[in-house]
Amino acid sequence: MNGKSEITEKYLGLYKDNIDKISSISAPFINTFRASSFEKFSELGIPSKKNEAYKYTNLDIFFNHDYENYFMPVPSDFIKAEKFRCEVTDLDTYGVVLLNGFYPTLNEKLRQLPGGVWIGSLNEAAIKFPDKFEQHFGKYAKSETDGLIHLNTAMASDGVFIYIPEGVTLTKPVQVVNLVQSDDDMFNQHRNLIIAEKNSNFSIIICDHTLSPQKFLTNAVTEVFVGENAHFDIIRVQNEHNNACKITNTFIHQEKNSVTSSNNITLHGGLIRNSTYHYLGGEGAESYSYGLFLGDKWQHIDNFVNVDHAFPHCTSNQLFKGVLDDMSTGAFNGRIFVRPDAQGTLAYQRNNNILLTDDAKMDTKPQLEIYADDVKCSHGATIGQLNDDALFYLQSRGINKREARLMLMFGFAHEVIQNIKIEPLRERMDNLVMQRLKGELSRCASCMVKCG
Amino acid sequence: MLIINNLKASIGGKSILKGISLDVKPGEIHAIMGPNGSGKSTLAAVLAGREFVEITEGTVTYLGKNLLEMAPEDRAKEGIFLGFQYPIEIPGVSMVNFMKTAVNEHRKHKGLDPLSASDFLKMMRDKKELVEIDSKLANRSVNEGYSGGEKKKNEIFQMAMLEPKLAILDETDSGLDIDALRIVANGVNKLKRPDNSFIVITHYQRLLDYIVPDVVHVLYDGRIVKTAGKELALELEEKGYDWIKKEIENNAAS
Repeated sequence: MNGKSEITEKYLGLYKDNIDKISSISAPFINTFRASSFEKFSELGIPSKKNEAYKYTNLDIFFNHDYENYFMPVPSDFIKAEKFRCEVTDLDTYGVVLLNGFYPTLNEKLRQLPGGVWIGSLNEAAIKFPDKFEQHFGKYAKSETDGLIHLNTAMASDGVFIYIPEGVTLTKPVQVVNLVQSDDDMFNQHRNLIIAEKNSNFSIIICDHTLSPQKFLTNAVTEVFVGENAHFDIIRVQNEHNNACKITNTFIHQEKNSVTSSNNITLHGGLIRNSTYHYLGGEGAESYSYGLFLGDKWQHIDNFVNVDHAFPHCTSNQLFKGVLDDMSTGAFNGRIFVRPDAQGTLAYQRNNNILLTDDAKMDTKPQLEIYADDVKCSHGATIGQLNDDALFYLQSRGINKREARLMLMFGFAHEVIQNIKIEPLRERMDNLVMQRLKGELSRCASCMVKCG
Repeated sequence: MLIINNLKASIGGKSILKGISLDVKPGEIHAIMGPNGSGKSTLAAVLAGREFVEITEGTVTYLGKNLLEMAPEDRAKEGIFLGFQYPIEIPGVSMVNFMKTAVNEHRKHKGLDPLSASDFLKMMRDKKELVEIDSKLANRSVNEGYSGGEKKKNEIFQMAMLEPKLAILDETDSGLDIDALRIVANGVNKLKRPDNSFIVITHYQRLLDYIVPDVVHVLYDGRIVKTAGKELALELEEKGYDWIKKEIENNAAS
């Protein structure tokens, strides 16, 4: 590509300025990917609106900003992170805290859980478990169109690593709390790798938070391998302030007869882009992709989903719902790709949106590419207002209009929330969504940042 | 209790109600019958406060107050209940949450504290028994996936929960089989007290075998053209509406 944009040039420079420092703190294997990824990034650049997958999302406002630094940790940074406790008190989880994408150094960097499960620092895992690591790292996060994936591979140096051995069921979920905090405006990237081997079963909750009011840009990549017959659920809860931009790219690779679900719940954030890639890489695999987003003011929330049916007799289902208030905007792009051999595919997609004002805007784009003939696919998208008949029905029972509107919005959102299997988390999400819809702050009590 | 005086209303510029007067006293059951398109459901919509109906003339006084100035939720809290002809499905809103909110709004209006969770559940249980509705229905989303009969029974259940002074049942019998019809009618009869009233809008006389009205009105072309005792319903059942239409046309011609 000739004539790189000014914005792209900026990040090429950032790489050159920092790569020595980054490489010096990274595991050698991770470093082996950097040069080629950098080249790929320099070819693709920061996605502009000309990129079909970013047609409705303008990243410039966040990427054009001059961030004070590219984040590198010093030990004192982690003291605050250590203090952070998720307030979902009845949620019994194995907790992991990431500060600006780095795994705290105060604790042991890798921790063993029952059943031979390991969780901890990605960088540390690259050194300690080279066999497992090298088998999976960099294998699933691939893109021929999105430069941000390559920017991450070129520069990220830490994140969470989770390894679930064959046949192991982890009864408690793993909870990763991603904290962003800095005294200066900051760009950071992190990289996660999750390996769930054959017949294993576990779920992970990822909470994205901002702890200080600076301008933040985060570009995260998560690779997930789900072995044959394994069960895996990922729930992402985003609650960041309006001056933060979060880009997540999640690649879920599934083997035969595995079952996975992904649930992106965006409660708050300035600019959010969640790309979720589901690769159904073995017969009988099932994937469920859910999302709920609540926007107001000038927020923008974009969900991009790619489901790749590469093998016969797989099932996929997408359900994304949004409620947009004020001048907020949203986008949904759901691609279903059925390869020629993927006979017996069942693939569904639904995207429903409610616009609460005339100024709110939603773009929704189903994209079905089907090259097999024995396939059952469906998609549906709606953009509308609250149902007047339903509103009147509630009012006619004595419920005031404001409360009735809330109940309807809550009911609308609950269809996504109800798919969360962890009950305390489901209840917590119901409460947070209700608070958010009421216009109250849906932040956790221990969070000191005022969102909005 | 309810006095309607020369009520005229239109929808989208089309005149539907052309001067209705009605006087419902405490303890009375009024039946409003009439052919399709005569304005029965529009009358119910006006009383419940639907905004798409435009009132062009006349007054409606409910317990001494101007009903037309009240918001739908305030009418409900003052004791008006509309049983919908087509109850609305509301996915994601549970019956329990819906009824708890409604009952507590009514209590607040009366200056009472909200019911405790256990008292509320007990009330739900008692009322479900009273109207013979399947207890599982209450755990689902409001009307979602209910059969036609279940939806209508659910209307009666809500009526039992809210204990209205004036209940308007808009073709609650339509689409019901005979067993469901009996359950709906029993519900009404059990809830009838000397101080509350019902307006039963129906197309057929069938329901009036179970709910015996004090007064029967025939609505035709936006006007009440005939008012009599319960025997009028039987006459209509036997002869249909044509003789009334003819009678009116003859009157108009003469």
